[in-house]
Amino acid sequence: MFTRRTMLGAVVAGTTMLGGLGAASAQETIKVGILHSLSGTMAISETTLKDVMLMLIDEQNKKGGLLGKKLEAVVVDPASNWPLFAEKARELITKDKVAAVFGCWTSVSRKSVLPVFKELNSILFYPVQYEGEESERNVFYTGAAPNQQAIPAIDYLMKEEKVQRWVLAGTDYVYPRTTNKILEAYLKAKGVHESDIMINYTPFGHSDWQTIVSDIKKFGSAGKKTAVVSTINGDANVPFYKELGNAGIKATDIPVVAFSVGEEELAGIDTKPLLGHLAAWNYFQSIDTPANKEFIAKWKAFTKNDKRVTNDPMEAHVVGFAMWVKAVEKAGTVSPDKVIDALPGTEAPNLTGGISKMLPNHHITKPVFIGEIKGDGQFDVVWKTEGLVPGDAWSKELDGSKDLVADWVTLKCGNYNSKTKKCGGQGS
Amino acid sequence: MRNLPARAAALFAALALMLASAGSSRAAGFEEALPRFSADSYAETEAAVVEVAQSGDPRAAEVVQALADGRLLYSSERKLFIKDKSEALREVATGQAVSDPPAGLKPVRVNNKIRRAIDSAIGGLTLLAPDPGKRLEAAQSVFKARNAALLPTVRTALERETEPRIRRALMEANAALVFLSPDQPELDRLTAAGVIADRADVDAQALLRSLPTDAPERLRAAAQRGIDDIEKRQAILRTVQDVFYGISLGSVLLLAAIGLAITFGVMGIINMAHGEMVMLGAYTTFAVQELIRTRYPGLFDLSLAIALPLAFLVAGGVGVAIERSIIRFLYGRPLETLLATWGISLILQQAVRTIFGPNNREVGNPGFMSGSLEVFGIALTWSRIWIVAFSLAVFFILLLVLKFTSFGLRMRAVVQNRRMAASMGIRTNWIDALTFGLGSGIAGIAGVALSQIDNVSPNLGQGYIIDSFMVVVFGGVGNLWGTLVGALTLGVANKLLEPFAGAVLGKIMILVFIILFIQKRPRGLFALKGRAVEA
Repeated sequence: MFTRRTMLGAVVAGTTMLGGLGAASAQETIKVGILHSLSGTMAISETTLKDVMLMLIDEQNKKGGLLGKKLEAVVVDPASNWPLFAEKARELITKDKVAAVFGCWTSVSRKSVLPVFKELNSILFYPVQYEGEESERNVFYTGAAPNQQAIPAIDYLMKEEKVQRWVLAGTDYVYPRTTNKILEAYLKAKGVHESDIMINYTPFGHSDWQTIVSDIKKFGSAGKKTAVVSTINGDANVPFYKELGNAGIKATDIPVVAFSVGEEELAGIDTKPLLGHLAAWNYFQSIDTPANKEFIAKWKAFTKNDKRVTNDPMEAHVVGFAMWVKAVEKAGTVSPDKVIDALPGTEAPNLTGGISKMLPNHHITKPVFIGEIKGDGQFDVVWKTEGLVPGDAWSKELDGSKDLVADWVTLKCGNYNSKTKKCGGQGS
Repeated sequence: MRNLPARAAALFAALALMLASAGSSRAAGFEEALPRFSADSYAETEAAVVEVAQSGDPRAAEVVQALADGRLLYSSERKLFIKDKSEALREVATGQAVSDPPAGLKPVRVNNKIRRAIDSAIGGLTLLAPDPGKRLEAAQSVFKARNAALLPTVRTALERETEPRIRRALMEANAALVFLSPDQPELDRLTAAGVIADRADVDAQALLRSLPTDAPERLRAAAQRGIDDIEKRQAILRTVQDVFYGISLGSVLLLAAIGLAITFGVMGIINMAHGEMVMLGAYTTFAVQELIRTRYPGLFDLSLAIALPLAFLVAGGVGVAIERSIIRFLYGRPLETLLATWGISLILQQAVRTIFGPNNREVGNPGFMSGSLEVFGIALTWSRIWIVAFSLAVFFILLLVLKFTSFGLRMRAVVQNRRMAASMGIRTNWIDALTFGLGSGIAGIAGVALSQIDNVSPNLGQGYIIDSFMVVVFGGVGNLWGTLVGALTLGVANKLLEPFAGAVLGKIMILVFIILFIQKRPRGLFALKGRAVEA
């Protein structure tokens, strides 16, 4: 395991390396902030992202740095504490004077740092799939918007598995609630009757799934093909799948498609009972491309652990970091205003063989893959979109959101209402 | 019904004829289907499964089974191989063993669609297998897959079958196929609807509901009657099921809270690190299983039994260490104890995170704890049943220890009147340490059980600490029976509320109820009376 001590070691090694280049150039580093929880509940997911950022920065330095200067990682630990995220973000921007910050996982942590980034005018790269309905000048969303993950998954189930009845199960917080609202509207627009949709929310860390699993079994006995669309938060998934397996519900009966279960989460589960359940992501470790093979090899070498897996948010950081580097090179400076203007239109290769592009709404284009869980904790890609899907900041399915346009290039607005022709229609 | 044997006999004869005449051309079908497996296309593989299954070739069952297990491989020259349990390779077409594996060997990929085709194919192929377990499984999968082409095979199997359990499953499979087949006489389909309705479970309901709307009026009415009957039955069963789920949830609460009933309930220490003791127990289980997996794989089913005493010792040891080093200086200062133990809980969490990493660790279920038991159409999972039994066992053993051992006697004496006990020659501070150790050790044991149903992560304990306090306070501080009744009451109430109110609102309602209850009876369900209360 990559511990804090070894990480400190890496930073120390980095600084001594810089020391060798002379005192003058040592001061001339470009600092990059890493804002991921290394302790508390979210450490399970976020520690890996900190590691991958250290690897990317290290690599960039080996290539000669950026604008002739070395990059320096500044790692802070917001400890899964939402208000602390804002404090740590402020510290990174004002005290450490970082050029950009890569960080956050949960939506609530992102919402908590938003005012800080706006006030101090800095840049945040956010690497996790989220509920959409947001576009900020200072934030670049490299994870999937709902139309890049949830909607294609529904399309797949409808077309390939002929699903007619839907269970939308989620943990009770903003991402599942918003996503399910979008999905419900989408399903109804596709002609699914209200009685064929069951929506269920559970508290964080829910571990007693007996009632819900038996409800799902009952709901699935209406003689129509049923599927579960799960926005259940990472941690609660293990007991959920265990209960499904024990209750004898197999993927061939009622498949579960999950949006928060990736290679990292599966690393802690016996995946045999999960065989054939699905996940929708923009990246899978098992995708066979030269770029991905190289990345996995580098990752295993960097962490000195042959068992470390890669996952979707890691790839988002890889793409986001590459875009940031290109934008800084294009702007010739790290000044936030210039880089923010340079970012839209920037292209960077993703690990699955395509070229992702930063859009004027600060989201990126991504391919969508549906994978089935295999016995070894990896995914077998069973379906993918043709070409890349551009991310929508505002969902086309929801009233009040479908008229909004985010465009930071020509309109200079994150929520332009195309009906009233005014900026600031809804949201922030 | 009266003419059924005659009709079945006729059908069987027809089937035999069909098989005999098709014999030679079918083997060719098998050979022709094989290359389709190596096309690396899901559609081709699915078609190949169906063809192989229909070919009647003796090798068909083996090929389909190998595909299901991921043991069917293809080489870059598109030749097919089967890898058997001992990793030895055999070419399918020739049946010859291959000593050195050819280049570019890849397993044939399967998706859910193919898995369904496989299930249906295996069902058809193993209906006549010699192993009764396989036959039963086959009959059940035919019932689910509803592949009308299997009807003759099902009837052949029905003719031969002698075991009543399998016969029944076959009858149901037969009924399922007849019920859905528009070519069958309406009278037979009506009878079939009756057979299916007698199953009275959700699967039967699903089958009855899947009748197409263009089916004859009488049949649709019969199906609807069946559905209504099953629904009535299910409504009653559901309450029973909810009560069992409640008892199961209650037993988990009991396990988590019973250690706290001693440290908090008996000693009065507000121990915020209680959840972390549960976590230590779970990690001990993980460490034991890890050792067993690498060194003694044969002992895996015993891993929990080995982990139990170790978890008790580890958590109990940590508990004694905490009491001796920190808590004993804080007796009588509840606020400081609360803060200190909360600090300890954070330290323990981060320590485990540093040693084992922040990710979930995999703790496997031993064979006897996997799967579920079906009683009258209610599915009870084995892991839950074992946990109910286990938590009750822990409870009664603890009760006996407190009532009938000299340690228990001393402990009760210290709790009831510390100064009197001390003047009788009891080393009260040792009793304090051991009591705290006992409570912590029991939390460790709870961790072993909870590792079977929950994530083993550094945050495991946090999820249980609030619930544990709730149970102990509700049940009455200082009373083990109160903890038992409290845990079961909260569990059952929670599960009875959940279907109406949902998991989130249900939990809130329980909390509100407890707040109101504590207002009315501040000392909980079973209040202690006597001098100890005033102390």
